[in-house]
Amino acid sequence: MLDGFIVNALIAGICVSIIAGGLGCFVVWKKMAYFGDSLSHSSLLGIAIGISLGLNFTIGTFITCIIFASLLTYLQNKNILSNDTLLGILAHAALSIGIIAISISNQYVNLDAYLFGDILTVTESETYWFISAAVLVFIILYIIWEKLVLMTIDENIAKSEGINTSLVHSIFLILLVIFVATCVKVVGILLITSMLIIPAAASRQITSSPTKMAFGSGLIAIASVFIGIFSSIIFDIPTGPSIIAILTIIFILTLPLKRNS
Amino acid sequence: MLIKANNISVVRGNKKVLENINLAIDSKDFITILGPNGAGKSMLLKCLLGFFKPDKGEIIKSDNLKISYSPQDFIIDKSIPITALDFIMLNKKIKRDAIINLSKDFFIEDLLKKQLSYLSGGELQKVLITRSLVDNPDLLILDEPTQNLDVSGQLNFYKFLNKIYEERDISILMVSHDLHMVISTTKKVICLSNHICCSGEPSKITQDPEFITLFGHDFANMMSLYKHDFNHTHHTHKGDKNA
Repeated sequence: MLDGFIVNALIAGICVSIIAGGLGCFVVWKKMAYFGDSLSHSSLLGIAIGISLGLNFTIGTFITCIIFASLLTYLQNKNILSNDTLLGILAHAALSIGIIAISISNQYVNLDAYLFGDILTVTESETYWFISAAVLVFIILYIIWEKLVLMTIDENIAKSEGINTSLVHSIFLILLVIFVATCVKVVGILLITSMLIIPAAASRQITSSPTKMAFGSGLIAIASVFIGIFSSIIFDIPTGPSIIAILTIIFILTLPLKRNS
Repeated sequence: MLIKANNISVVRGNKKVLENINLAIDSKDFITILGPNGAGKSMLLKCLLGFFKPDKGEIIKSDNLKISYSPQDFIIDKSIPITALDFIMLNKKIKRDAIINLSKDFFIEDLLKKQLSYLSGGELQKVLITRSLVDNPDLLILDEPTQNLDVSGQLNFYKFLNKIYEERDISILMVSHDLHMVISTTKKVICLSNHICCSGEPSKITQDPEFITLFGHDFANMMSLYKHDFNHTHHTHKGDKNA
């Protein structure tokens, strides 16, 4: 019989993997790896605000990330600086302010847990959060799936077919924010992007359609979470980094399998 | 009348991108827009497609007008695994069999199972056009479809387009630089340089002074060489000068 904390960790991990599977493909296709990274950096500010105000840190993260994503979209539309530069400025500004805010909040905070995740401390009541987030993201993504894929391939074709591309893009960003807010606890701020990118990249090697790539990516993430959690318990190593290390091994194993048709 | 641009103007900063454009597309029209870079060709298409609202003037569409659009510079990212068939079906409520039948008409059924990222430029254009045609549009708008094709690819593509135009009840509006290729098919040429410089039948347009000013004597002479191929009926040439 598994201990309760392991069951909770597995549930949280599976939920996060399901979300990462679908969203990660779009992050790869749309070349948004740096965006995902910046978004997760900004979540530290949310955590700091959450702690200072005595709120749940997931809510703090969610709100900060939404503000961050809106600010970024606003600045991108202004066309002042390249996307890359904007992300670099905003991400590290948010990270620095977050760390300062945590240090002046005068509360004991285990920064490591936020930076590298702490999935083994997920409580039973928190698993309901994870399950709701996974169900919500899955359903919304299912609804906008074809539109989002078409838009990713060519935005103008999508527009000409009557798709409200800015609305669909905003919905996608909100889903990404939900992912970041839930994933902090699993792999930590510094490793969130790899949870999106590596499963999708590995799945790309062995699949031939967008839907298959998303499911493959989800399955790869789930497998890594399982192996990562158990190996971290057996070998007494940090869980978040173990999950990412397993993902990387799977990615390397898929490299020779590249499909050519 | 399918769609009409009624005296539209677009200003960006202090540059007039489009100035008092009047354009009407009727059924079974084949219009080619020609013009130098920065002439506002793509902007005109964007206004017609409704992506962009002109600062002045209006776009009038007939009821239930179905427009299909094939963009400039279509490049598929290699990170997206998708077959041509799946791409054609994306966001369309059309059965697989109907697409397979249509693709037989265009001799592209061999391409359907291939990954989009492995298709050549010409094959990709054919797949794009097939996708545009699956729900039987009234108007097909093409923005520089042959930009990435070599000469034989261009010839091949225009033959393909010609077949579509002849066999279907469809109007085509195209931005193209290869007037010499479309001269036997296109019914009307519009020369755009932020305003409409001149418009009319392709064989006549090359003698228009505005056309010569815009493209130079050499180009105009080269174009007029092709007029012998054009089996046209005579209309009076409209030298619209809206400037």
